[in-house]
Amino acid sequence: MRATDTIFALSSGAPPAAIAVMRISGSNAFCAAEALAGRVPESRRASLALLRDAAGMELDRALVLVFPGPNSATGEDLVELHLHGGRAVVRAVSAALAAFPGLRPAEAGEFTRRAFLNGRMDLNEAEGLADLLSAETEWQRRAAGAMMGGAFSRRIEQWRQEVLVLSALTEAELDFSDEGDVETQNNHKISEGCKKLHDAIRTLVEAPGVEKLRDGLRVVLGGPPNSGKSTLLNALVARDAAIVSDIAGTTRDVIEVPVSIGGMAFLFLDTAGLRDASDDRIEAIGIERTRAAMESADILLWLGEEGTGPDRPHLVEIEAKADDPAHQRKGSRAVKVSAKTEEGLAELVATLTDTAKELLPPPDQYATNARQRDLLAQCVTALAQAASAEDWLITAEHLRQSRLVLDALTGRAHTEDLLDTLFGRFCVGK
Amino acid sequence: MRSDVDILVIGGGHAGTEAAAVAARMGVRVALVNFDKATIGAMSCNPAIGGLGKGHLVREVDAFDGLIARAADDAAIHYRMLNASKGAAVQGPRIQADRALFKASIQRQLAALPNLTIVEGEAAALRFAPDNVQRVVGVDLADGSSIGCSAVILATGTFLGGKLFRGEERLEGGRIGESSALKLADQIRGSGLPMARLKTGTPPRLDGRTINWAQLDVQPSDDGSWTMSPFTGRRHIPQLFCAVSRTNSETHDIIRSGLDRSPLFGGDIAGQGPRYCPSIEDKIFRFGDRDGHQVFLEPEALDSFLIYPNGISTSLPTDIQMAMVRSMAGLEQCEIVVPGYAVEYDHIDPRALDSSLAVRGIEGLYCAGQINGTTGYEEAASQGLIAGIGAASRFLGREMPALDRSNSYLAVMVDDLILQGVTEPYRMLTARAEYRLRLRADNASTRLTPLALQSRCVGEERTLWFNQRLWEKQALEADFARDFSADQLLRHGLDVKRDAGRMSLYEWLRFPSVTVRDLLAVSRETTWDGDETLLDELEQDGRYAPYIERQENEIRDIAANEKVLLPEWIDYRSIAGLSNEMVERLDAARPENLAAAARVRGVTPAALVAIMVHAKRAQQIRDVAA
Repeated sequence: MRATDTIFALSSGAPPAAIAVMRISGSNAFCAAEALAGRVPESRRASLALLRDAAGMELDRALVLVFPGPNSATGEDLVELHLHGGRAVVRAVSAALAAFPGLRPAEAGEFTRRAFLNGRMDLNEAEGLADLLSAETEWQRRAAGAMMGGAFSRRIEQWRQEVLVLSALTEAELDFSDEGDVETQNNHKISEGCKKLHDAIRTLVEAPGVEKLRDGLRVVLGGPPNSGKSTLLNALVARDAAIVSDIAGTTRDVIEVPVSIGGMAFLFLDTAGLRDASDDRIEAIGIERTRAAMESADILLWLGEEGTGPDRPHLVEIEAKADDPAHQRKGSRAVKVSAKTEEGLAELVATLTDTAKELLPPPDQYATNARQRDLLAQCVTALAQAASAEDWLITAEHLRQSRLVLDALTGRAHTEDLLDTLFGRFCVGK
Repeated sequence: MRSDVDILVIGGGHAGTEAAAVAARMGVRVALVNFDKATIGAMSCNPAIGGLGKGHLVREVDAFDGLIARAADDAAIHYRMLNASKGAAVQGPRIQADRALFKASIQRQLAALPNLTIVEGEAAALRFAPDNVQRVVGVDLADGSSIGCSAVILATGTFLGGKLFRGEERLEGGRIGESSALKLADQIRGSGLPMARLKTGTPPRLDGRTINWAQLDVQPSDDGSWTMSPFTGRRHIPQLFCAVSRTNSETHDIIRSGLDRSPLFGGDIAGQGPRYCPSIEDKIFRFGDRDGHQVFLEPEALDSFLIYPNGISTSLPTDIQMAMVRSMAGLEQCEIVVPGYAVEYDHIDPRALDSSLAVRGIEGLYCAGQINGTTGYEEAASQGLIAGIGAASRFLGREMPALDRSNSYLAVMVDDLILQGVTEPYRMLTARAEYRLRLRADNASTRLTPLALQSRCVGEERTLWFNQRLWEKQALEADFARDFSADQLLRHGLDVKRDAGRMSLYEWLRFPSVTVRDLLAVSRETTWDGDETLLDELEQDGRYAPYIERQENEIRDIAANEKVLLPEWIDYRSIAGLSNEMVERLDAARPENLAAAARVRGVTPAALVAIMVHAKRAQQIRDVAA
């Protein structure tokens, strides 16, 4: 097993930078630190040391921190070298470490994997950490924090307990009802319990996933050609992301612009204008993509004639080009916007953020990822079947399946595959 | 040394007799030591065999050509299929046995085994090798003689440090009227094996001639033709009926009035009793709001008036027992022949055993039955079978049969015992078997007799019977592999949907409206003249096939983890990330592989991965060093 190796990697961002943090974890970490710095400094204290390679050549003057296992981030002996962040320094220190026997460069996610293997965090917490590290917006950070803090794991445990209770009632029917000393006729109680739990878990499955936080809510600008979609997009994102001209059909493909507004991630999609019977095959493809984009929209900003937009749950009627006296008028529910005068832009942004608050997982609550939702959906199916089964044995079997799925959520089943999938998400040095 | 045998079994109860018999069937020389030849095969508590989960065990022991199912059929005076209205996987065959006939059958079956010797006497001490105190070489008897052997199976039931309680009375002994094995208990207690105490109880025995049967609901024997052992073929003893009475508020008041004189409540009994089979005083104390509890009045024999009132096991003083019994309907004039009592006894922590029920660290010592903290004849017989096969296989240099949780209740029980230990007397329940859809009482032969044949513990007669049955089964399966369309089935008058398509007859069994006998008519257009039980078995296989298939992946995953062996010498304390509680449990149970470690209660996924990494690393270091 390679876990006996000592691993090292640059844990800070790509050089050049002011500081580069090199981490070393494993049983030889302290030996390596001693070889480089000439001594192992006091635990958990930053101390300045001159690093030299095996040939005695000076590498860098660096801060050295050592954390003895098992109370370190990885659960093993851990060393951090805070180097000057130049490319040559990092390269030289890496080469010196690689030359050290028993040391090798870490693979992606390997530090976290060790933390998990050494019982420093559970699977859902590790996933939360992965999300936290890639968090770009404030809402993302808070949701990842909730996942890493174990709130999700606690909820799963609570559901698991509820399934156990239902299982116990079912088993009582199977194992004791013929003995005359057990309260039977739990029929109703069990199917009601399954349904209740089914509904609770389904709510979470259907709730917005963590991907929405990371990838952003999809805001699609739709309408006929030349209705001002690209101009509005540019005004919203305050830069010339889309090509703007007044020739109809300029935007042939769907343009995606990720933006963070009010701590929340949005992905604006500017589309080719919808019009029928184009002879231009390329434009026809663009229009097809437009339809697909509108289908996937979380919010659709409709710039076409009022009431002619597709039937979507969060459609906002936009009265664009409000500064142009010849512009198309809409009813009072529409947001009047002028990209030129910036009239109505603040109102539109407020509308977007208000809608986003409904559509995104609320702050400080965990949101599920695709793996978790997939397992929870299996649990929902099993509970529905448990509720409707007419054979106690089958009810019991479905309840057992739902228990297995909940176990898999915390990583009890298929351990190896799951770990590979999970830790593959981390970059090297984490 | 008076004589010399390969395996010596101490105790002639359900565990001891199965252990001795299976070892003898496997061809080794066996001695069975019991206080009294006449009590070998005695049913010391309720006169019934089988039940939910327990019936499965009986059929599984039978699939290995064991004694208990045939003895049950030889003695059955009342047959009842429990859970008959539920799925076949949880149906439990149960019989009332005539005690004398049961015992006689066991003794007759033992007498037929040529290399089995019965020794009357008290086993006083285990004898260890002079050069190795961790290796058993024989047993000293109380009369001063010794028997040399290469393995000892302890099947001493409640006789190890047994103590009887009835009201204020105290008696040493394992059963009323029989002495307990005190000297042996002292030696075993001193051996460093982890021990604890448990208690169990028995109800008063009633004089059936003083019961007003006319006033009670009777429960006749069922009218089916099934038998405990499919090998028996047919029922051959006259059938009696059971009756049901019920405790009432007056009964409960009487019991409450005696609670202060009950050793269970006075603190005299420290051992934990079974939650699943509580004494009547426990029931009243814990479920005080219930207005009554059922009491089954079960006949003990064809030619005896003794009645066993199932449901009122008690250690209350005799006068309270009398008042309690007489407060119930039909029992107003009833006489008690022997009052009930509780027994507290020593058991060893079964986590000290391996999967063949051998004591880890002491070569040649096996434990089976109630001594391992279980309750019930069926549980005892099953462990006797395992320990007997274990000791004989080891002596003969053979592998243990490949029993695991996905193929037998036998393995479920052994695995539970050796991994989790016991906190109360362990009783089999179908809920303990996660793969119970495939572990039915009706398919025990199909599941296990092939393994039994490999272990060479099946007699010639059953081998012939099984091979004939297998041949019929294959013919039937070939028939059912053929595809038929919905139209064809409709033409035969079956209730299926016209658009259901075309599939094999076996697959058609998934539809509850289709029976195996309907399909047989479609396929053969004749009747089945083979073994009828094969039809029912096939039908159940087909019914639950989709669920059973779904479990395959799960079982494969577990099999992968079973290949990761955890050596005996692993130091769990040195694995980072394990809590003290986990270390304690793992240390006590010493799981044989990673799949078993995963089942130890409280072991988390992260801990499991840490154990796996550590085991592989430790093995590598050892390999390099070696």
